[in-house]
Amino acid sequence: MDTAKIEQIINNHHCEASALIQIMLDIQNEFHWLPAEALEMVSEKLQVPMSRIQHTVTFYKAFSLVPKGRHGIDVCMGTACHVRGAGRVLESIETATGIRPGETDADLKFSLDTVNCLGCCALGPVMRIDEEHLGKLVPDKAAAVLKNYE
Amino acid sequence: MPLIKSPAELEHLKQDILSKRNPDSPRISVCAGAGCLATGAGKVIAAFDAEIEKQGLTGQVHVKGTGCPGFCERGPIVVIDPEETCYLGVTARDVPAIVGKTIKEKHVIDRLVYTDPVTKEKAVRESDIPFYKNQERHIIGNNIKIDPKCIDDYLALGGYSALAKALFQMAPEQVVDEVRKSGLRGRGGGGFPTGIKWDAARNAPAETKYVVVNADEGDPGAFMDRAVLEGNPHSILEGLIIGAYAIGAHEGFVYVRQEYPLALENVSVAIEQAKEYGLLGSNILGSGFDFTVTVHRGAGAFVCGEETALLLSLEGKPGEPKSRPPYPATRGLWGKPTNINNVETWANVPLIINKGADWFNQFGTEKSKGTKIFSLVGKIKNTGLVEVPMGVSLRDIVYKIGGGIPGGKKFKAVQTGGPAGGCIPESHLDIAVDFDELTKAGAIMGSGGMIVMDEDTCMVDVARYFVNFLSQESCGKCSPCREGVKQMHRILANITEGKGTEGDIELLEDLAMSTGAASLCALGRSAPNPVLSTLRHFRHEYEAHIHDKKCPAYACKKLVSYYIDPEACTACLLCLKRCSVEAISGGRDKIHVIDQSKCTSCGTCFEVCPAHYGAVRRLSAEPVPGPIPEEQRILVKKKEAQRAAT
Repeated sequence: MDTAKIEQIINNHHCEASALIQIMLDIQNEFHWLPAEALEMVSEKLQVPMSRIQHTVTFYKAFSLVPKGRHGIDVCMGTACHVRGAGRVLESIETATGIRPGETDADLKFSLDTVNCLGCCALGPVMRIDEEHLGKLVPDKAAAVLKNYE
Repeated sequence: MPLIKSPAELEHLKQDILSKRNPDSPRISVCAGAGCLATGAGKVIAAFDAEIEKQGLTGQVHVKGTGCPGFCERGPIVVIDPEETCYLGVTARDVPAIVGKTIKEKHVIDRLVYTDPVTKEKAVRESDIPFYKNQERHIIGNNIKIDPKCIDDYLALGGYSALAKALFQMAPEQVVDEVRKSGLRGRGGGGFPTGIKWDAARNAPAETKYVVVNADEGDPGAFMDRAVLEGNPHSILEGLIIGAYAIGAHEGFVYVRQEYPLALENVSVAIEQAKEYGLLGSNILGSGFDFTVTVHRGAGAFVCGEETALLLSLEGKPGEPKSRPPYPATRGLWGKPTNINNVETWANVPLIINKGADWFNQFGTEKSKGTKIFSLVGKIKNTGLVEVPMGVSLRDIVYKIGGGIPGGKKFKAVQTGGPAGGCIPESHLDIAVDFDELTKAGAIMGSGGMIVMDEDTCMVDVARYFVNFLSQESCGKCSPCREGVKQMHRILANITEGKGTEGDIELLEDLAMSTGAASLCALGRSAPNPVLSTLRHFRHEYEAHIHDKKCPAYACKKLVSYYIDPEACTACLLCLKRCSVEAISGGRDKIHVIDQSKCTSCGTCFEVCPAHYGAVRRLSAEPVPGPIPEEQRILVKKKEAQRAAT
């Protein structure tokens, strides 16, 4: 783990306890998860007890305490997507990857998550793989797309 | 960038920007909102840049990516000024023709303009398209004219002149008074009068006060705030600075959810640019008023849209709501008086200050003034953002602007107000959309989500969906919400899975009542709404699920089977190839049969079977006919049969 990087992130926020969430978001964005050592460093530097750090990082959905896969799949479960069949799309993705929302597969290829609205309701049902939005999905085609990822 | 030290210098700068812009030279605006970007707007912009260079027009034509004008259904959207030619569904492949024909020769490309689906009439200019024609776009109307990363675009439209007016021509009390007189009510969901809120924060005795933009837009299916944040961030900042001046705050925060990366970027750029011009910082416009703004990223918690939770989150803590009073206006961020308003509320402020409360007052109904942006989504032809004066009928929004229901399906309901809102059936479609009328109909205005549902949407499933959402987003602090919502979800899930029993409806009503009455914050207090409103208008659907184990909309998978009618099947292989669990057997000349033990009821076969065959049937609460004998499955094609007969 790159401790210098974490230290730099903490310093960017002037070691302020009120910046806890912002610091954690930066670490999450950098490493795609929050390693235990990182939490301990933050706790020490900000003088915030580990119990509060655990409370905070488990409260907010943006944080992950386990490593994430190389590709992040976010299936939109917003209302517009829901009424257009997002549930069926999600099921086909679950079958194809063998994982459920919140999980990462054993070879760290995919992490599957559901999100509450990607805000491109005109394309619903929609999912995002890494930065790419894929819209107007039907179950079988959504699952087929996954073959394009290494 | 020069520091602007007075209102006169601001006006001078505006004139300077305008004088450098030839109003007759072609300008290409491409919507770069999240919806259009998802359909390739980025590639379209790059293609324009390349094509303009290729056709030797560099420096003569200006291309910019702008905010979202709202017509997401037909994106990517391109508007070419000064003619205001509006092209829809543009791809990079269309770009050479647009530059060659429209820019150089001033010819309109017919296939890219709006065509009315019924009358086949074309609408070339943006303002002639029915989707826009029936709107009143005070807040999002400027989005297509502004490159959100360019403050000069905002200044050219008279941006920050309301700030200059407030700082130099109005006392803080007058600003509060004007907002109070305008009748502006909070656009985030509560609908509380903004002027009264400001007045409370202004009168709270404290040296330090804060102002906050609540940009934690979390309702699924709602993205109006994002469109303003991404498309016109300066309008929010200008409102915020005016509010800070009125209340007496010198520090402000914009709380943006991290799921909106482009909004975060554009707001941050806007703050930097405003600082460079001296519109933020110390001695703003030479008035002596100091104000700074910080952006705070939300980390993914729906409950943080609730103001006390949001303020705790700003302090770096878990966002668990507190009981009110004390209200943030007296004890908010770090215990100081804090005024917190939604994005759209702040964006209305410069308009009210510039044009006056009387101007603002002329739009809307008696108790709901101004316009409101709705995100019109779901089973609707024209998905997009719609800004209308309060009081427009729901029917007009759905049919005149939204274009009605696609695929020849029947309208069932509109769900307004987000997860805590309610469903409005056909019989109530003529109600005027404002805060009070929607509440009377059992729904709420909420932040402006409007989800249209058709005959294929199951209302019990919709209630289950929202209650599931709320149960997952409940912070768990108070037990009525934590346990009540969870139990409501358990009962609803059972009903949709065919496990509903007598008394479930009454139990739901009981739970709804106690959860609503005893919960700490708005999340729990309004969590029963989706259940109560669907029960009020669609009780028969609950009863069908419980008594007959039937889902009338064929949406609840556990209650629906699919069956291929051997008389209608033409053995075309379409469904067989698309079945992801290989539950369909058959062949080119062999009638297809669904193996019920393998079928997951995903419905793909039903959707792909061509309408003129209509061979795949949905069954609910009916036995599935057994497969026909193997020898009868061999299909003799019609022609062959005819040949054999002659």
